[in-house]
Amino acid sequence: MARKITYQQAINEALDQEMTRDPSVIVMGEDVAGGAGSPGEDDAWGGVLGVTKGLYAKHPGRVMDTPISESGYIGAAVGAACNGLRPVAELMFIDFMGVCFDQIFNQAAKFRYMFGGKAKTPVVIRAMYGAGFRAAAQHSQCLYNMFTHVPGLKVVVPSNPYDAKGLLIQSIRDNDPVIFLEHKALYTMEGDVPAESYIVPFGEAAVVQEGDDVTIVAIGRMVNYAKDAAASLRKKGVSCEIIDPRTTSPLDTDTILESVERTGRLVVVDESNPRCSMASDISGFIAQEAFGALKAPIQMVTAPHVPVPFAASLEDLYIPSPARIEEAVMKVKEYR
Amino acid sequence: MTSPLNREALLQAYRTMRIIRDFEERVHVDFATGEIPGFVHLYAGEEASATGICMHLNRKDYIASTHRGHGHCIAKGVDPVGMMAEIWGKATGTCKGKGGSMHIADLEVGMLGANGIVGGGGPLICGTALASKVRGENNVGVCFFGDGASNQGTIFEAMNLASVWKLPVIFVAENNGYAEATSSNFSVAVDNIADRASAFGMPGVIVDGFDFFAVYEAAGEAIKRAREGHGPTLLEVKLSRYYGHFEGDQQTYRAPGEVQKLRETKDCLMQFAKRVTSRGELTMADIEAIDAEVKAMIDASVVKAKADPLPAPSELMTDVYVSY
Ligand SMILES: Cc1ncc(C[n+]2csc(CCOP(=O)(O)OP(=O)(O)O)c2C)c(N)n1
Ligand SMILES: [Mg+2]
Repeated sequence: MARKITYQQAINEALDQEMTRDPSVIVMGEDVAGGAGSPGEDDAWGGVLGVTKGLYAKHPGRVMDTPISESGYIGAAVGAACNGLRPVAELMFIDFMGVCFDQIFNQAAKFRYMFGGKAKTPVVIRAMYGAGFRAAAQHSQCLYNMFTHVPGLKVVVPSNPYDAKGLLIQSIRDNDPVIFLEHKALYTMEGDVPAESYIVPFGEAAVVQEGDDVTIVAIGRMVNYAKDAAASLRKKGVSCEIIDPRTTSPLDTDTILESVERTGRLVVVDESNPRCSMASDISGFIAQEAFGALKAPIQMVTAPHVPVPFAASLEDLYIPSPARIEEAVMKVKEYR
Repeated sequence: MTSPLNREALLQAYRTMRIIRDFEERVHVDFATGEIPGFVHLYAGEEASATGICMHLNRKDYIASTHRGHGHCIAKGVDPVGMMAEIWGKATGTCKGKGGSMHIADLEVGMLGANGIVGGGGPLICGTALASKVRGENNVGVCFFGDGASNQGTIFEAMNLASVWKLPVIFVAENNGYAEATSSNFSVAVDNIADRASAFGMPGVIVDGFDFFAVYEAAGEAIKRAREGHGPTLLEVKLSRYYGHFEGDQQTYRAPGEVQKLRETKDCLMQFAKRVTSRGELTMADIEAIDAEVKAMIDASVVKAKADPLPAPSELMTDVYVSY
């Protein structure tokens, strides 16, 4: 039975249901309970934004606050995964990958291959990403492209509550290391989510809306901006197909390719910086595989090649907007 | 024993602490109205630490700070008016509104930046100290970090590096008992952070962070030692933060009345004023004059910050590189 809950509640519910179902699932991170050793409440925080609130009481001994030692506990989660647990380690802000990247990309990501297919590392690393909170250069980045670059990692970027729950359950059950990225601006987004447990498989894009003139591929929060742009474009007689890849690794190239072959026009919307991004990755793939079908040059709508600024006037310019998506769509639509 | 402070130095110490306190309390009030963007971590309650340490430093000595950096900035000589504008995200801010509360920096006065990455400053300050040493100067580096940050690998690596290279660094662990909601009783495996010093071959000193004079004295010795080429010291300053981890924190992890009691019995400004007036080193009139002057300055900084312009759109693309 589906009812309306938020993206944040959907994530909490996925964790709760998987912890109930499988005793090898543990949750760890800085203040995921929030209050270890302190005189007041033990689970005062439940994560900085309250996403893991309540799990501590429901699953005694399996929700662990950690010291601020990301290399230490992210690496420990990886090791525990090698030895039979299914840890869900929270990195808080994805920007903090800088502190512990070795344990993720040289260790977790490589084991399966380096060890000749013998290792299994079912760890999930959850973190929030994205701009829009005036949180400046070290707390606002996207960075999914950096993980997507690394063979051995799977990368998940849900754009709505339904996908968040189903993809997180799949992430926990998956036997490879998964980077699960939550856009902070989506936590309060509401949507229909079944109460029961279900999975959304990796590598299957969602066709969010069908259309004939232009294909828009959008990632994470940008899916919602693409919908806004498409609604406005419809009034101008332009029909957009919106594709949400949902996972950037594996990437469902078939669905994107099939769509572009039909529409002949592609706009990729990606909140990251443009160089070596998902936008350039998908654009490159389509240029190579669907060159003959293209009726216009591919357009990328991304942040500029600058760090995320603090001031409101600059951050609002930094983030791709529905208006910029609309402009890009008109540009490919009216080409020649 | 460090030489006793003269009248001018006492006035300066009190004024610095008062600026920090008023600055933070004003940001607290304005944040609650929703006008200040982003994350803000206040230093109120910890003033004696930044002040007692930075009073020994000159403009060529560097400090590395934390997410809770306003106090360090002010004590190191960053202009509070520019800082206020920065926190409000205005073009006139210390960093043109590009960094905000967590990234205030002013290299002109040896302030290497607040830091959004916990533990980020340790290695950096080894670098500023190394540069001074390579050039044959006797400037020092001070790395401020919290009890939470004390568990970060970067801090351990930096302490070892500073000892191995005999760098003029002072590691200042500001132990306020919490890292976000997590108590240092839980997160730090030893009783005192200073106990770790011996593992890195440096002296470890514990000091009462509510007592300006105790901090001043302990810091003086550590800094003298560093300047004379005898290497790093780990100074643990025990103190408390008066507000939440960040503005908006409900603080249910704290004991009821915890802060109120400290404010009433141990507050660093209160203790300082009591001591210098009872000894006749300063008068109540001196104290009140500073209070009035600082209040007016902070009020004016807010009026200005509110009225100042936002960064122009063209600023988005500038300052990424020196040249490109
Ligand atoms: C690498 C990294 N991990 C986690 C965080 C999130 N975070 C910001 S402040 C903080 C607590 C810091 O505690 P402490 O070092 O004791 O400093 P205090 O806030 O008490 O001044 C945490 C976990 C961060 N900013 N950077
Ligand atoms: Mg602390």
